[in-house]
Amino acid sequence: MSDNALLSLIIFLPTIGALGLMCFNAKAEEAMRNFALVITAATFVLTLLLLGRFDPAQAGVQLKVLAEWIPNWNVNYFLGVDGISLPLVLLTSLISLLGMLASWSVKKQIRGYLILYLLLETGMLGVFLALDFFLFYVFWEVMLLPMYFLIGIWGGPRREYAAIKFFLYTLAGSVLMLIALLMFYFGSGADRTFDLIRLAEIGQGRVPGVQFSEFVQITAFILLFIGFAIKVPVFPFHTWLPDAHVEAPTPISMILAGVLLKMGGYGILRVAFPICPVGAQYAAYCLVLLGVISILYGAFAAMAQTDFKRLVAYSSVSHMGYVLLGIAVWKLADPNLGTTAGAEYWESGINAAMFQMLAHGISSAGMFFMVGVIYDRVHHRDLNQFGGLMGLMPEYGGLAVGIFFAGLGLPGLCGFIGEVFSVLSAWNYSPLLAILSAAGVILTAGYILWAVQRVYLGPEYKGPHREDITPMNGREASVGYVLLAFAIILGVYPESMFGLMRETNKQLVVNMTEGYENSKKNAPKVSAVTPDLGEGVLFDPIAIPANPGAGALAPAIRGR
Amino acid sequence: MKFSELLSKLVADTCDVSLPLFGPELCIIGAIVGLLLVRLCNFERVLPASFVALAGAGAGLGISLLQFRQFGDAVAEQASTPLFTGLLMYDPFTVFFRVFLLLFLLFVVYLTILSGIPDKEDGPDFYVLLLGATLGMMLMASANHLLMVFLAVEMTSVPSYAMVGFLKGRKLSSEASLKYVVYGAGAAGVMLYGISLLAGLLGAANLTDMAHALLRFSEMHTEFSDPAVRALVLAVLMVLVGLAFKLSLVPFHFWCPDAFEGAAAEVGGFLSVASKAGAFGLLVRVCLALVGPPDHESTSLATVNLYLGVGLGIIAAVTATFGNLAAYSQKNMKRLLAYSTIAHAGYMLMAVAAMMVVLNGSEPPDAVVSRAEAARDCIEGLLYYLVVYFFMNLGAFAIVALIRNKIFSEDIADYAGLARQAPGLAVCMLLCLFSLVGLPPFGGFFGKFVIFASLYNAGFYHASMWVVLAIGGLNTVFSLVYYIRVLKVMFIGSATDDARTIDFSMASNAGRYVLLVSVPVLLLGVLVNPVSQIARQVAKQLF
Repeated sequence: MSDNALLSLIIFLPTIGALGLMCFNAKAEEAMRNFALVITAATFVLTLLLLGRFDPAQAGVQLKVLAEWIPNWNVNYFLGVDGISLPLVLLTSLISLLGMLASWSVKKQIRGYLILYLLLETGMLGVFLALDFFLFYVFWEVMLLPMYFLIGIWGGPRREYAAIKFFLYTLAGSVLMLIALLMFYFGSGADRTFDLIRLAEIGQGRVPGVQFSEFVQITAFILLFIGFAIKVPVFPFHTWLPDAHVEAPTPISMILAGVLLKMGGYGILRVAFPICPVGAQYAAYCLVLLGVISILYGAFAAMAQTDFKRLVAYSSVSHMGYVLLGIAVWKLADPNLGTTAGAEYWESGINAAMFQMLAHGISSAGMFFMVGVIYDRVHHRDLNQFGGLMGLMPEYGGLAVGIFFAGLGLPGLCGFIGEVFSVLSAWNYSPLLAILSAAGVILTAGYILWAVQRVYLGPEYKGPHREDITPMNGREASVGYVLLAFAIILGVYPESMFGLMRETNKQLVVNMTEGYENSKKNAPKVSAVTPDLGEGVLFDPIAIPANPGAGALAPAIRGR
Repeated sequence: MKFSELLSKLVADTCDVSLPLFGPELCIIGAIVGLLLVRLCNFERVLPASFVALAGAGAGLGISLLQFRQFGDAVAEQASTPLFTGLLMYDPFTVFFRVFLLLFLLFVVYLTILSGIPDKEDGPDFYVLLLGATLGMMLMASANHLLMVFLAVEMTSVPSYAMVGFLKGRKLSSEASLKYVVYGAGAAGVMLYGISLLAGLLGAANLTDMAHALLRFSEMHTEFSDPAVRALVLAVLMVLVGLAFKLSLVPFHFWCPDAFEGAAAEVGGFLSVASKAGAFGLLVRVCLALVGPPDHESTSLATVNLYLGVGLGIIAAVTATFGNLAAYSQKNMKRLLAYSTIAHAGYMLMAVAAMMVVLNGSEPPDAVVSRAEAARDCIEGLLYYLVVYFFMNLGAFAIVALIRNKIFSEDIADYAGLARQAPGLAVCMLLCLFSLVGLPPFGGFFGKFVIFASLYNAGFYHASMWVVLAIGGLNTVFSLVYYIRVLKVMFIGSATDDARTIDFSMASNAGRYVLLVSVPVLLLGVLVNPVSQIARQVAKQLF
């Protein structure tokens, strides 16, 4: 299979599956479930094929697919993977598969549910694979529609409120993103483009004659950041999250926590940072601070919850704070020259943030699944009415405790690596913020251990529906085992993921630091030269260090 | 020149040039005469009136499509041709609107056949009105003379008044019609006064001559304190009032919700799309006449026009915001769609405002696209939006009409549980409404995108356009709430026990019709380039 077909098929196989579901008899629910499961499994296999073709030693985008979509506006169907998107693509297809296995708990209107679920998967994979900003935006929005109905129809008691809140928050964020998109498009010179790689080169001052001004970079960065921060979610844009996560049905909570939140972090790394290095540096302190606030606020909020699922939801706010922390620890050595201090710390911060996204994708999806398993049996989630589940359901108890420990960040499990490296890299940036974020680890341990104690330990189960507590069935157990296995593998052998992303992240750091230096080098000249000269004159191509890695991509794309 | 020569020249111009190019309109006129004959001779039993209307619209559409293809063959060089000694203008823009309106007419006539409004008895009357209004709209889009501007607007309005009140015996309908007439008459009077002032001040009524006359005028009168200038500005504003009434722009929108609620959904759909399209065609023509010939050096004229553009932008922003916010509390679906129509007129007006600003603002030093190209993008956005609006709004109104035939209600609350009973219908409604919000992958998104893009670019010419853009973006979020409220009732709500059940098969003619209208909404969001290319070609000819 050609690369072209492979990437397109990864995105659109779920859509084809959704269309296929229309052919089934409405009564054949079991057959439809199995069919949808096969489709998600096939998508997962395809992403594994993608992994096989990916060369981790190479930085930059590989396996590119490029076709015209709307030539009038220079919009292209442009796909590709690099070290940032590939792990997330794998995560998406894995969580979609596991979520589909967990979907047997959904009982009503099966066909509609499965169709929307598969459309959602298309949207998610499209976001991670798209390299054209317009296409990225389209996929980003395509996700909203199925998500609204998945929460709104199959959710809990306050589902309508939660669904519209989710929709409104995300739509507001994407309108801001649309404005930033227009700013880039009209700022990208005579041959206007949406190509994210080309836009990044312009933003980093590597294209002679075109450059986004400081004002454009800062404004666009703020617009983009708010759009993505809503998705991450970062305090104070997080208030949709507890509602949406709590009301959504279990598999959808798994997807929300496991994949959708990652899109915020991915968007920052793919769009906001590379295109606006000046804006990123301008806002770096604010970003790190927001990350730390999210860590602490999320942890305290989680500690105060009595609803089991809400606790897990707030733990997501806390855990995703580490992602923002790791991404943004970009410290300048000399603000006038724009040189970076300790670029290797920042690089390790980005690696840690990426790893934390993957680890959180596994652990929080697992935690939501574990909550869902017990909720399906006893139909309540009140932490104070649990207890003693370890005795009643030993297999479930064991798996759940393992996964909760992964969320806690126990060494040897996946949560540990991301947290510890992002805190370490934050030390270089600001010891105070590093200490505060490290304190978050203790709080995390606090609320998770307390939750484990109240739910799984203790002498006896105190709540209603005691008679319904039955051991996990094979399907549930397999989801649990797979998630726990991944939590252990990632915790013991983090290189499995670091290896994929290292080169790309290294290149990103190099490009951005150089981009920032370029903008500083060009800045004094702007004031020195008479203002009525065009920007092309201000640019001095000799002053720009050659950049073979990502620069080599430019002719490949431009020369099409 | 002797009188006889003049006369023979006139005859030659009329018979050789104008009438052949006037073919589509002649088809409609023929169909109207045919309908009246059917009525007169009681042929309805043998030859249903709807067939005559369909035949007329189809023939007209065929001719306009042929004309469109001619332009397609010889794109670049074909200049515009004035018809009837300059009363009308024949150019790609005209033909685009002819195709648009006649295709829409076909869709509406077929919808009325499916939904059974009007009944057999009233058929000929109704279709005469419908065809007459369409004829007026086609003239609006091709008007090149102030006299034609007024005639076309009236020719559209008078049948519309009657159509709104067509559900005889219903109090609401008569009330709506009366409100519409009174409001329309007032607006028409103001507009006529404005036209007479304009013609008197400039000594020209032909829009092409008017542009040159304006230029001379602006050279003679440079001060705003000059009474002649004030009278001129007043005259332009008065003409715009007439158009704002047709476009239901705030503050001339009050007739719209009442008229739509009182009228049958089919009529509402017709008015909301076709009459808007015609009025936007006319607005663009009037605005371009005010701009004057390209590359003129008059700064005072440009300044006045720039402020006109900014003013249109402000009205657009207010209209969109008002329409969206007022739609929140509506319980009747037609009323909700009426407010949504107002909001969409606001979005589309943003494109015209951006065009005026781009054509008259001071060119930014680092502009990468020329003024003409930027203006072309604005009109491309307007035309693309109109094409999408055709399908998404007609789809919404058609579904309202078809549901009304089943449950005899147009209240949103009565749509509860529709998704269970008629999933196909509900999904088509979903396509239309999400496209109205402007979400990808539906066509409404791309239309909005192009308009927003041209607004952003216009911001370099005058920064107020960025404010309009921000308000437009905000409105997208506002509008989500009420559209999704309808969908929430349909998909999440469950029907009460005493509600009438809807038995609707997608395999019926009505089902296929709904698919035919709503699937293009999705297609226009995915296969964007063909229509974008047509809109661009048409827009290019204007600048």
